[in-house]
Amino acid sequence: MKKIEAIIKPFKLDDIKTALQQLHVEGMTVTEAKGFGRQKGHTELYRGAEYSMDFLPKVKVEVVVTDELAPRVIEVIVDAARTDSIGDGKIFVTEVEEVVRIRTGEHGEDAL
Amino acid sequence: MKKTTLISSGLGLRTTLFAGALLLLAPGVALASGEAVINAGDTAWIMISTALVMLMTPGLAFFYSGMVRKRNFLSTMMQSFFMLCIISLQWVLIGYTLAFGPDIGGVIGGLDFIGLRGVGMEANGTIPHIIFMLFQGMFAVITVALITGAFAERIKFSAFVIFALVWTTLVYDPLCHWVWGGGWLSNDGALDFAGGTVVHISAGVSALVFALVIGKRKGYPKESMPPHNLGWTLLGTALLWFGWFGFNAGSALAADGIAALAFVTTNTAAAAGGVAWVLIEWIRTGKPTALGAASGAVSGLVAITPGAGFVGPMSALIMGLGGGVFCYLGVSWLKPKLGYDDTLDVFGIHGIGGIWGAIATGLFATVGAKGTFFGNPGQVLIQLEGIVATVILAGVVTYVLLKILNATIGIRVTKEEEAVGLDLSQHGESGYN
Repeated sequence: MKKIEAIIKPFKLDDIKTALQQLHVEGMTVTEAKGFGRQKGHTELYRGAEYSMDFLPKVKVEVVVTDELAPRVIEVIVDAARTDSIGDGKIFVTEVEEVVRIRTGEHGEDAL
Repeated sequence: MKKTTLISSGLGLRTTLFAGALLLLAPGVALASGEAVINAGDTAWIMISTALVMLMTPGLAFFYSGMVRKRNFLSTMMQSFFMLCIISLQWVLIGYTLAFGPDIGGVIGGLDFIGLRGVGMEANGTIPHIIFMLFQGMFAVITVALITGAFAERIKFSAFVIFALVWTTLVYDPLCHWVWGGGWLSNDGALDFAGGTVVHISAGVSALVFALVIGKRKGYPKESMPPHNLGWTLLGTALLWFGWFGFNAGSALAADGIAALAFVTTNTAAAAGGVAWVLIEWIRTGKPTALGAASGAVSGLVAITPGAGFVGPMSALIMGLGGGVFCYLGVSWLKPKLGYDDTLDVFGIHGIGGIWGAIATGLFATVGAKGTFFGNPGQVLIQLEGIVATVILAGVVTYVLLKILNATIGIRVTKEEEAVGLDLSQHGESGYN
């Protein structure tokens, strides 16, 4: 099983959710995040004082899927999240050892 | 000075506007011109105006609290809001009589009205004395609340409450007496229709002194400290603008032509101030900001306050534009240049806007008084006298008071309390949960 974490532009969240639902991904976790990459931040002006905002608002989407499904999920997220401009985000993939569904006690892929 | 009261005299307030009649301002010089009569229209308008001015203090709370960081949202609201509670009491107990009691040597009002003794339903001008008292009281409330912008995000609440009570008693009340209560500045002919010196310059200068004494916020100006919710600030600006109709037009103390004029000059100056500020920003930085529109509107309102019932609408437009320009410079040029942390720009907007307004009133006055541009060259000098007197009284008393408070209970929260925010550290609650 793989955990796929995607840091994306907030307004792309709905597109990604729809795309993942079409792949029958059964669940996801969404977190409001802040950060920067190559895009860096931006500056804001308040009463003439310039503030540099280093951290931009982003959304972190986490899904855990089977190894077979993982490449498709990544592909779909990339398609949905891409705007071709800087700041589109990143995807991190990690191995997941175990999953437990709390209600039933099911383990592994059955719990996904 | 239009607000000057004529206790137990039947003389119409309008008459007092003319320099020749200023002599009559001394209470005790009662005229044998018959019984004062309460006018229903005037009374209704002043009661409404009192409520309008009351609403400005919560309006100011929103204006300020939107500009601070999240963790200081409630405490900034509370600093303004609580003034409605304590200064209202200060005013009925001692403040009103110090400001409007029978004149003692042009300096202070006597204690005849202490605890509102003798302040009742009888006519004062054309309105009941007791509502005149509360109308004036709302000005005292908002004036000290204005200062809270200077020390936002780092003041110890207990010290602030003591400061507010003592400051109102030692600065606001005497100054109010000097200008409106028959004191020496009104006798000299200084024009202040609704509080340019009494309210705005006094608050602005005290705020500057406060900012210097309490020191900068931790991390200022290196750290980013952006406003947390400018929607509150715009809401607050709207409430201030709305309430200002009572503040300025109510200061005519009658529902008459002068009140109507002040109503229009107020709106015109607010609009001009907002336009001026936004235009400068747009040209200088390429972006017209909401905070700029709000700041500019308040600057215009401050600028017109001393002249509201003395100038025409076109002069008001110029005064508003000037307010926007000068306050913008005060906030975005003077403050960074001098390096003080007047957090929400009380001096930049109320101090500088108030000084500009006081001078401009001396230049542009045409209604009920003559300014420098309209045949009375000396008026602007009298205005300067009022400004200097206000700066000295407010500056010196504030400085001494803060030094005493700092040496005894301390005026600033600890570093930890500042980091955690005043909402939690001073009030034990959070603005957002």
